[in-house]
Amino acid sequence: MGGDALTASEPLKRTPLHGLHEDQSARMLPFAGYEMPLQYPLGVLKEHLHTRAAAGLFDVSHMGQIILRAHSGNVLDAARALERLIPADILDVAPGRQRYAFLTSRSGGIIDDLMVANLGDELLLVVNAARKLTDAEHLRAHLSDTCDIIHLEHRALMALQGPRAEAALMRLAPECVMMRFMDVRRLAIMGTECVVSRSGYTGEDGFEISTPADVSREIAEGLFEDEAVAPVGLGARDSLRLEAGLCLYGSDIDETTTPVEAALTWGIPKVRRRHGSREGEFPGAGVILGQLENGVDRRRVGLRPEGRAPVRAGARLFAAEASDEAIGGVTSGGYGPSVEAPVSMGYVTVALASPETQIFAEVRGKRLPITVSTLPFIDTHYKCG
Amino acid sequence: MLKFTEDHEWLRLEGDIATVGITDHAAEQLGDLVFVELPEVGANLNKGDGAAVVESVKAASDIYAPLAGEIIEINQAIVDDPSIVNRDPLGGGWFYKLKLTDTKAIEGLMDEAAYKALVG
Repeated sequence: MGGDALTASEPLKRTPLHGLHEDQSARMLPFAGYEMPLQYPLGVLKEHLHTRAAAGLFDVSHMGQIILRAHSGNVLDAARALERLIPADILDVAPGRQRYAFLTSRSGGIIDDLMVANLGDELLLVVNAARKLTDAEHLRAHLSDTCDIIHLEHRALMALQGPRAEAALMRLAPECVMMRFMDVRRLAIMGTECVVSRSGYTGEDGFEISTPADVSREIAEGLFEDEAVAPVGLGARDSLRLEAGLCLYGSDIDETTTPVEAALTWGIPKVRRRHGSREGEFPGAGVILGQLENGVDRRRVGLRPEGRAPVRAGARLFAAEASDEAIGGVTSGGYGPSVEAPVSMGYVTVALASPETQIFAEVRGKRLPITVSTLPFIDTHYKCG
Repeated sequence: MLKFTEDHEWLRLEGDIATVGITDHAAEQLGDLVFVELPEVGANLNKGDGAAVVESVKAASDIYAPLAGEIIEINQAIVDDPSIVNRDPLGGGWFYKLKLTDTKAIEGLMDEAAYKALVG
């Protein structure tokens, strides 16, 4: 998992739900400067399986929530501004919709991946915890001529994920049943206005719920009144997203990986590419548009170990059992409880990046056979219809 | 006799053969196991050598040889089904049998009362 962005001497921050984690006997760990629940007594494996069978509630309040509001008051101006930093079609994100995007650097790398939601009058950006200060500074440095950048404090963020998520949330917010995947709404929950999106990081149907900090515990407890909902920690959050083929910033993507190498080009629409009406005009456009035309040397792929041993981040990859030179490396890996097998993600030289290619991973000094695989490893259940 | 180490292994000695496993405490700390790698039969280990590897969803952990000896038998059942270790760590979840080089060395290990005091 990602590391601590702050120095060891600073005390860990706590989320608004910290007391609840203690009451639920969570095992805590430091993550991005916060004390976060790694797991609860159920354990990582069972929390993972429970999320796919019923519903898991995750505290992700450590993540950054940043409002981008144009001085003009027009959300289209905020969208236009954000397009200066992101190779996406933000103008196309209608009010009540959100989109996955990434901030790029001048060298074409990824500064962060995020969700951009159009709340009608302003944009809400949900960013990774370890990057939120960097992101806010980056947005301010480039966009404060036309926009206010407001890093929201005193908010909580929860993710309710799984086939029973809708049933659990509709008891508190009946209108959530009208939402489809990637919709965003301001909904009243227990008398307080919250921002709810139908999205998540698990491959399951579910919701991400942004609330004021002071009512977050009450809302979480309201959701736990549905017996199908169990608390789930960051341990299972990682195994769930890995099975779903989703990148973890700091592991699978970072400033040294371009979106083309990371196989995220579906996030770069035609309108921002060569010959599009809003071609380029984002950091690293030269590198990225060049790679879209001419290709890359390496690509992110899924990986399936042939045996039972997990192949974890850092393992080097080789073309043959006895090769000397690595042809890639694993960036995320572990055991997939739903797949009932080890699963990994990493980068390989493009010549070996086709699914079914058999290569080798070095684990504890031995070369283990591993096969390039498509992603995700599980069937996803987004409510698109 | 049943003895324990600070690394949360247990040994059950019969003659000069010690059956070795991990304790309830260790199994609980590790969480649900998803992978076990055992030593080769015939391997000669010194005290403190890496003997086995266990993995949970999140992490891998090394299990060490508590005393010097020769691996004479391994428990294939836990390789096929690592969850046995979590269900029955002191019984069916045994890892391997070690023919001790020096049976007297076992006296240096903790008894059950001392181990219980260690883990609280």
